[in-house]
Amino acid sequence: MAATALERAERRKAWAFALPALLWTGAFFLVPFAYMAAISFWTRQGREIVATWTLDNYIAFFVKAHFFKGLVVSLEITATVTIISILLAYPLAWIIAERVPKKWQRFALIMAILPFWTSYVVRSYSWLLVLSKGGVVNQALLWLGVIAEPLELSANRTGTVIGFVHFFVMLLTLTIYANLIQLSPNYRRAAADLGANAFQTFWFVVLPLTLPGIMVGAFLTFVLCIGDYITPQILGGNNELVLPQVIMLQLGRRADFPMAAALSLVLMVVVTLAYIACARWLKMERT
Amino acid sequence: MTKTILGGLSRRMLVTTAAALSLAPAAASAQDELNALVWCDHTDPALVEPFEKANNVKVNLKEYEGTGAAISIIEQSRPGDWDVLVIDAVDVPRAIDMDILGEMPADKLPLNDLFPEVRMDATTTKDGKVYAVTEKFGYNTISYDKTKVDPADMEDLSVVWSDKYKGRIALYDYYLPMVGLTAVGIGKKTADLKQDDLPAIKEKLFEMKKVARQVSDVVASQTALATGEVDIVVGGGEWLTAGLSAEKPNLDWTIPKQGALRWAQSIGVFKDSEKQDLALKFVQYIVSPEGQARLATSSCYWAMPANAKAGEHLTDQQKTALRWDKQPEYLKNSQLYPVADADMDAAMQDIWTETLQQ
Repeated sequence: MAATALERAERRKAWAFALPALLWTGAFFLVPFAYMAAISFWTRQGREIVATWTLDNYIAFFVKAHFFKGLVVSLEITATVTIISILLAYPLAWIIAERVPKKWQRFALIMAILPFWTSYVVRSYSWLLVLSKGGVVNQALLWLGVIAEPLELSANRTGTVIGFVHFFVMLLTLTIYANLIQLSPNYRRAAADLGANAFQTFWFVVLPLTLPGIMVGAFLTFVLCIGDYITPQILGGNNELVLPQVIMLQLGRRADFPMAAALSLVLMVVVTLAYIACARWLKMERT
Repeated sequence: MTKTILGGLSRRMLVTTAAALSLAPAAASAQDELNALVWCDHTDPALVEPFEKANNVKVNLKEYEGTGAAISIIEQSRPGDWDVLVIDAVDVPRAIDMDILGEMPADKLPLNDLFPEVRMDATTTKDGKVYAVTEKFGYNTISYDKTKVDPADMEDLSVVWSDKYKGRIALYDYYLPMVGLTAVGIGKKTADLKQDDLPAIKEKLFEMKKVARQVSDVVASQTALATGEVDIVVGGGEWLTAGLSAEKPNLDWTIPKQGALRWAQSIGVFKDSEKQDLALKFVQYIVSPEGQARLATSSCYWAMPANAKAGEHLTDQQKTALRWDKQPEYLKNSQLYPVADADMDAAMQDIWTETLQQ
């Protein structure tokens, strides 16, 4: 049936409202992204960038070990950070949601996210002071006689993971808390009525119902962690390079924009795959 | 020092109107202003203020890192925006080829007072015309904490790839001096480096990485040494430790028996400057013995003055920190950075990235 004049006017109005956002997205995301994708097929020959169509950069990613290892290191660190962050954030979110009195929950959440208020770079450097050989942790352990020599907590993967975990525990706490707080107490009562003990109630009822919150937080952790180079740069001591660091090297030192674009697209594909997996899982959960 | 070997990006890739507007200096309308594109050591008021007062001028300083960044800024500016350029000495020919530097009268510069090894006529002149003059130089070698390591050990570069100081070494995160220094360490001449030499250099770099605690930039390396996180910085030199000598007399540097790398920075006048006389006057001040002593001990980083007469204006403490008396010996035992074509440069960067990934 042909649309009425009123419907057509409504449709035009809807487009008019959406147009600024579409233009914004087009100008500042789609066009730059398409440009970056095109550049990834160019090459740097000598000191010149040549606009030619080739897969050389993508082949180099797989052939040159230091490029591919960047992705492997990124995935290893991201997986470690995500798992540790979930294990730490869940009990924290549960305590805030279940054990802290209602009137104090907001305060507890503010305390939990307080570190978000400081600059990311400053926070990473602060961790360097805490984790270094002469830092607070080592000095305290030495003073207590727990260790005889300072522990190597910075300038390695341990430092990077600690810096990341501190940040992402806060993020995951928020998403898991948001899930936990919406959970009706009737579920637990029903489980108890059916004879489940506290552990069984948690394992078979509460945990599955809060998995969406965990998944959303884990996905955000994955995306932010795998794309970050500041924390590994400051706390990792450059002892191994994550993929974003490798990308930065292509830009900052070689001015090899095509290679940097290709590596960025590889990173983007990884993030997209993670998103698809997460979205499919959440969809399956709902059906 | 941090320098970037930047390829010839096409102009259209570099030009962004917004950046151009923000980076270009305000057009100097008065005769008493000078716009200089410099490294951070020139921004020390103790260096610039005496010139400003003596000549009743205001020197506007724009700091940059890496020749590539300088070229971007210049390309985004209008002719005449800039009057004075400080640039890595090895990149002067590139600036001459770009036709951005003007000729300076040789008879008005103290060229004969410069240490002969750092005059670098091959790069600062073309067809007998002087386009830049070396103003400061230094070494990429070994900095260390003499209370934590045996200074005698530092006289042999091979100690940095042995197990003796395992976990107590920081490597300076810049491929060019690190590749060059390693080449020197295994007895190669940086001027003759070829791609065939790289596997042997890579092997030593890997060994070095195995015993190093961290690979870090200037600030992080300096901090690590000053706070005791590491006891040795490979690739460091007077520019890393001399400036801290008053507060941290335990920090020192040396050139091992195998030798070290030498870097140098130059100063010149822009061809399109509308204040040629004033710009030349600034260059003359910087390369004068007084200006040189101030530049050598600038707050951003200390390094060697190119003018040998600057010693008259350095204090004993400054001379000790800079190892002034050892300069003839050090100059003989140091080599310039490798000058690489694009392929060699890419290959060196590759082995450095591989080293980082070890």
